[in-house]
Amino acid sequence: MINFTDVYKRYPNNYEALSGLSFHLDEGEMAFLTGHSGAGKSTLLKLIALIERSSHGQVLVGKQNLSSLPKRKIPFYRRQIGIVFQDHNLLHDRTVFDNVALPLVIAGENHREIGRRVRAALDKVGLLSKERNLPIALSGGEQQRVGIARAVVNRPPILLADEPTGNLDPELSREIMHLFEQFNQVGVTVFVATHDIDLIQTLPYRQVILKQGRLA
Amino acid sequence: MSNYLLRHLQVMLFSLGRLWRQPVASLMTITVIGIALVLPAGLFVLSENMSSLSNRWDSASQITLFLQQNVSPKQAKKLTDELQSWPEIKQLHYQSAKQSLEEFRQLSGLGDVLDSLPNNPLPAIIIVEPDDDNIEKATISQLVQKLDALSSVDQAKLDMEWLQRFRSINKMVQRGVTILAILLSLSVVLAIGNTIRLAILSREAEIRVMKLVGATDRFIRRPFLYTGFWYGILGGFVAWITLVFSMGLLSGPVNDLAGQYGSDFSLHWFGGFMFLILPFTGAILGISGAWLAVGRHLHLIEPS
Repeated sequence: MINFTDVYKRYPNNYEALSGLSFHLDEGEMAFLTGHSGAGKSTLLKLIALIERSSHGQVLVGKQNLSSLPKRKIPFYRRQIGIVFQDHNLLHDRTVFDNVALPLVIAGENHREIGRRVRAALDKVGLLSKERNLPIALSGGEQQRVGIARAVVNRPPILLADEPTGNLDPELSREIMHLFEQFNQVGVTVFVATHDIDLIQTLPYRQVILKQGRLA
Repeated sequence: MSNYLLRHLQVMLFSLGRLWRQPVASLMTITVIGIALVLPAGLFVLSENMSSLSNRWDSASQITLFLQQNVSPKQAKKLTDELQSWPEIKQLHYQSAKQSLEEFRQLSGLGDVLDSLPNNPLPAIIIVEPDDDNIEKATISQLVQKLDALSSVDQAKLDMEWLQRFRSINKMVQRGVTILAILLSLSVVLAIGNTIRLAILSREAEIRVMKLVGATDRFIRRPFLYTGFWYGILGGFVAWITLVFSMGLLSGPVNDLAGQYGSDFSLHWFGGFMFLILPFTGAILGISGAWLAVGRHLHLIEPS
């Protein structure tokens, strides 16, 4: 589902974030991406989300070769990927409902379908009762769950998460990881960057470990 | 298709709602646009009124006959009677050389100088008012020629020069209105462009998030274009209301002035036309300004 072949990423200041990285993730697989800060985790996720492009090498997602994807098709490509951020990236002047609805509104879904799917996603993350609240009124763990609901609301085949438990206590972190497992169980390919080693040691999933831009 | 229109309507109202939530800032922008639009509109109305005024005067042209020095008052009287029978002529007014001198003395204030002259240098004149009902405009000049050819007439002169000057001034004013309209339209575009630019910058985080969840440029652009549209159209209405008030203030004095000239002239201010054209122009300029800002700034904001 995600396929890196000899991928390099060099920044203009000559810093090489990825150096000849090759790995792949099967469809429906769940895996963790770990490594020290600066090992290239964020860069790797940015290449998959097409926030950045590789300097060299091939990135395949689904059957799509990302280096040949024209800029105007990027929005449509991104609709197939749900992304969960460490700092949630919620819109603070809109309700929980409107935040979760955003990907569906963008995709041009009709009104009724949006209501149905947003409530299903909020129900899944246990926040159905808070749909009218503004994000600011929620706790950190709840805000992260809103972010997850938004990432999955249009049922993308791939779910990426960048340090989703970075700011949460162990109890909440376990809950969040359990949510990801549930999505994986219905066939979503899940790829979670984290350095919460203690937590992921207890879970039975593959770890992709980066060290200085390569597989360790 | 109806889904598409519905979404446009939603974005349209959503943009209006945003303006509504910042009433002071929005009102200031709208007022600036209103003032910029009402200036050329007001000048246009004034110059159109000047044109219509000069068209009225067109028909009220007079011909002045300067008589030969040697024509006696008696002969002049006879000529007047004869001309009275011409069908092209409506009215005649005879003014003797003496009366001419007296009039000139009063108007010029050169009494002493005139007294020192050995004889009266001014001719007697007959002021001829052509009959508009019986005469075509083109034949007025034929009438002038015919009068000019009379033996006792030194010169027949159509009093049109001042009207031509008036028209030249009016043409100048109209040209000025065009220039002003172009410049102020440009300023509306720039004012709206700048406002939209600030709106874009204040929503940078939101735009990044929208791009990350798959929003196309078109989707992100749309609310900003509608914001520009609202600024423009509301500015147009403000301009119209300002015009109504200004014309209300002006019409009283204008009617007084016209009354003093014995005219029933009153300001015509194109209310209906302006009610359509001002908001329409405003909307077009608003969308253009927004488009300018969006084109320059939106693609600079990318998720990182």
